[in-house]
Amino acid sequence: MAPQRNVAVVSVAQTPHRRAAAGLSETEMIEPAIRQALDQVGATIDDIGFVCSGSSDYLAGQAFSFVMTLDAVGAWPPISESHVEMDGAWALYEAWLKIQSGHCDTALVFGYSKASPGDLPRVLTRQLDPYYYGPLWPDSVALAGLQARAMLDAGAITEAEMAQIAERNRNAAKDNPNAQLQGSPSADELLTAPYVADPLRRHDCAPITDGGVAMIIAADDAARKFSSRPAWIRGIDHRVDSHNLGARDLTRAPSIAIAAQHAGVADGKVDVAELHAPFTHQEKIVRTELGLGDDVLVNPSGGTLSANPVMGAGLIRIAEVANRISAGEADRGVAHATSGQLLQQNLVCVLEGE
Amino acid sequence: MSDDRTVSTFPEGVWTQPAVTVPALEGEPVQRVTIPASMRYDYSPGLTQTRFLRGLEQKKIYGERTPGAEDVYVSHRGVDPVTGVPTTEVVEVGPNATITAFCVVHIGFGVNAPPTPFVSALFLADGAVVSLYGTVGEVEYDKVRIGMRVEPVWVDDDALTTSMENIKYWRPIDEPDVPAEQLKGHM
Repeated sequence: MAPQRNVAVVSVAQTPHRRAAAGLSETEMIEPAIRQALDQVGATIDDIGFVCSGSSDYLAGQAFSFVMTLDAVGAWPPISESHVEMDGAWALYEAWLKIQSGHCDTALVFGYSKASPGDLPRVLTRQLDPYYYGPLWPDSVALAGLQARAMLDAGAITEAEMAQIAERNRNAAKDNPNAQLQGSPSADELLTAPYVADPLRRHDCAPITDGGVAMIIAADDAARKFSSRPAWIRGIDHRVDSHNLGARDLTRAPSIAIAAQHAGVADGKVDVAELHAPFTHQEKIVRTELGLGDDVLVNPSGGTLSANPVMGAGLIRIAEVANRISAGEADRGVAHATSGQLLQQNLVCVLEGE
Repeated sequence: MSDDRTVSTFPEGVWTQPAVTVPALEGEPVQRVTIPASMRYDYSPGLTQTRFLRGLEQKKIYGERTPGAEDVYVSHRGVDPVTGVPTTEVVEVGPNATITAFCVVHIGFGVNAPPTPFVSALFLADGAVVSLYGTVGEVEYDKVRIGMRVEPVWVDDDALTTSMENIKYWRPIDEPDVPAEQLKGHM
């Protein structure tokens, strides 16, 4: 979809990402990020035309948990607000549409979770269909193991490549003060570890994380008012692959390629890419479907393998690319977000400086 | 519709759903499947609610406000919901309170439902700007009024925990009603 209005990311803020923010409620955890996103561009909630968040009650273990988090926004007098039970990247998409439709010029978007109260791999099984997969409770790591096995058998990846992906991401995270895991043993050492879900080892899996991210986007003049170098959203698109895992070629995610085409990934040079891959082998799938060359810097933040707040990790990819563009370190970048099992739903966003 | 089947545990089948029609299949059609599901959560209420729950253990009701602000929120989540600014100042409110809304309940459900009819209500603790939920006791249900002054009735001291269940119910006290005019913004 060709954007009618120029919309840019003008401010992002993240919480520290950690295994458990045990002493904090979700509201208390995300509030500093929301505050920081507003403060660093001198904005208040009165400057924001629309608020949209991404989170899940299944993670919080609490009904309507997102309504409680709205307290941190300051929602009185009543604000224009929405929520997606998906990663915050889809909340960004809704906010972007809201601005495209002319309903507002600015939006606050955030995505977060506390995955620590529940058993995340089991909680994620509730994303599956209720008749064929749900009753079997296949946890997310076991399913990812099926996908990795399919890739290995197809010659699409090797276990050594998977370990190298883990090593590269977690070493990159040493420069990311918010990351949960920083630094990695060498790929050779990683390969001596036992399997968690054969062929996946511990290093192949993203950590379980409590945390979140907040972002402000704005159109045209509003964006220029807030930022001296806005990260303009040149294209954004999301697509889905089948919910039926048995009907898919698990070594591929064609929905990513379609979204990439519509977002215009190939229309220019890509300096940096942030890919939402909770398992090492999935980074290879995403990279291949996006058609990224070897010269592209991938996951300089450390990626999802270094910090994995479910419902925030996708929006964080967009935030990390936007940060690098606004800092002048990159001119054009690609961010990818996923939701569901085994890269089922995918969003691709192309960002560019001026 | 006589084909309706009861889908709730309410008496007399207050909630029903149209009967399912199943296409012709060989053998007995599957009309319903039972799929057990349970998930365990170790929920942590956070800093603010921890302070509130620990107060209840001492038979105290703690609200909070942002420094310098007037409005004290109780049953809150660590931020002033109007401004989004963290509430760091703890203020004891109540224990006396005013009924701001009530409902006479004739059909109880759930394991802890009191005998019907009973009155559920919202209670504005003195000093707070938002109300707490609970039930009214020691008064006939048709005598309950908006503006009625009440106090909490606590469980025995040895049964106190960090729980709202510490307040068994609220009962009237001998004070004049608060005029509805003064409850504006709290109802």
